Amino acid sequence: MPEQLFFTIEVFLNGLMTGVLYSLVALGFVLIYKASGIFNYAQGVMALFAAMTLVGIMEGRVPFAHLINAILGTKIHHFGWHVNAFLALILTMGVMLLLAWLVQKVIFKHLVNQEGIILFMATIGLAYFLEGVGDLMWGGDIKTLDVGIPQGLNLWIDETTYNMFDYGLFIDNLDIYASVVAAILVLVLVGFSQYTKQGRAMRAVADDHQAALSVGVSLNFIWIMVWTLAGFVALVAGIIWGTKSGVQFSLSLIALKALPVLMLGGFTSIPGAIVGGLIIGVGEKLFEFAIGPLIGGATENWFAYVLALLFLVFRPQGLFGEKIIERV
Amino acid sequence: MSTTEGYMTADGRQIGGVVMEMKNITLKFGGVTAIEDISFDIHEGEIRAIIGPNGAGKSSMLNVISGFYVPQQGEVFFRGTKRAQLKPFEVARQGIARTFQNIALFEGMSVLDNVMTGRLTHMKAGIISQSLWRGSAEREEMANREICERVIDFLEIQSIRKTPVSRLPYGLKKRVELARALASEPKLLLLDEPMAGMNVEEKEDMSRFILDVNDEFGTTIALIEHDMGVVMDLSDRVVVMDYGKKIGDGTPNEVRNNQAVIDAYLGVSHD
Repeated sequence: MPEQLFFTIEVFLNGLMTGVLYSLVALGFVLIYKASGIFNYAQGVMALFAAMTLVGIMEGRVPFAHLINAILGTKIHHFGWHVNAFLALILTMGVMLLLAWLVQKVIFKHLVNQEGIILFMATIGLAYFLEGVGDLMWGGDIKTLDVGIPQGLNLWIDETTYNMFDYGLFIDNLDIYASVVAAILVLVLVGFSQYTKQGRAMRAVADDHQAALSVGVSLNFIWIMVWTLAGFVALVAGIIWGTKSGVQFSLSLIALKALPVLMLGGFTSIPGAIVGGLIIGVGEKLFEFAIGPLIGGATENWFAYVLALLFLVFRPQGLFGEKIIERV
Repeated sequence: MSTTEGYMTADGRQIGGVVMEMKNITLKFGGVTAIEDISFDIHEGEIRAIIGPNGAGKSSMLNVISGFYVPQQGEVFFRGTKRAQLKPFEVARQGIARTFQNIALFEGMSVLDNVMTGRLTHMKAGIISQSLWRGSAEREEMANREICERVIDFLEIQSIRKTPVSRLPYGLKKRVELARALASEPKLLLLDEPMAGMNVEEKEDMSRFILDVNDEFGTTIALIEHDMGVVMDLSDRVVVMDYGKKIGDGTPNEVRNNQAVIDAYLGVSHD
């Protein structure tokens, strides 16, 4: 078989893996948007913050070290211990839970029944605040994150494909793990929302606030819950992205890539977020591969947005979003 | 008549003691007084109606009972104890279910799923076992499902069990809302204008269901209606409101002959 074909397959798979990450970030958006109507601009920063916290805890960094040192004139930076990755993960989840509780308590509790644009502005504020707090807590340096996920070429796939087709496919181990973790996460989320009491309550709140109250659902509890879930999803995205390219500010920008994903998949659909992410991931890689060289490259920066724009024109509700029919 | 003891209705049904008592309730919105110093009680097993012309404050009263509005003054006693200021979801967890004048259903869910949400306050199994759907969670799910199916049968909506609610006509939506409230096996059921916007046939159906629910399950029902005729046939006792005040309270017959009530409905000038 021609080499060109294999190369295309490689690009395709590569795009699929990138798409998984887009999907994860978009999933965080969908969870919060569905249950509370808040478009959470801070989702990307949450992923950054979660990853920073995880690294900080694992390396035994002292939170707010710079601040403490500046005030007290001390020179502490590390506790001098290292925390096991699993334990650090649990602790970080605790931090995300606390964050969710604070976000609800301090901000959104006071903004109930406000217009969408006001809630959106609040999340922009939250994004910048969280970014600042993250830097203050754990320092602004680029951190390497290693929770023990193997990285680099998967030898088995390389060898098998080489023996069969005379061409070794290059697949990164990290990408395989990322896809598996993302798939499990999605299954757990779907199971949770379909079969548990809390999941039912969550769907109820997403559908109608007043009716949810009348069947005994606490809106406050559900909102804290979805922010926590979104925090967990952000953590997973942060871990994968952070392992790949280091925990740094640019991680928060993947949120911007989630926007076209949402336009494709619809803002209220969990499967939409997944499929949308994959389409954008694959689409931008294939486009760059096939058309990029003809027009000078760097198409990955804008391809997703143009695709989203086309969708806005021809199918504004997205692939899976509910069609809005205005009755008159 | 409003003693704490039970009483016997005209058609010979035994009514229990007081289950809910509203004492000197006053509710204001800014400068407007929606409810002014109203007291009344609801006995166990009775059908209690709150009637009055438009803007009399009936819906406000129902919203006070279900926790959606917070009165400035007054006390609410439920099952013998004074109720603290509760949020609507806490009221629901106490066993007070309600329907809404403008229907509040989960439009994106099927009829069965909607009715199942009525069981939320009764679900106890832990998250882990629920998501694995094993053991206690499975048994609980089955038991809840059975109760819902019974309610669905009772209200004759089997044929639309799997239909998304958004596709149903108005009259059926009202019935689904009643089913959801019933599924929670409420100690007190509040119906906000259950017959509003219905045609004659639908009204007759709804009246029959309300009577049957009360008869079959012994459910205590408080309902709001402005259609006098319907209310008089249905209810055991009636509170009449006008301009936020209580102007009458008693059996349908007593109320019918009350001069203040006649004035309110026939429109005598207030001076």
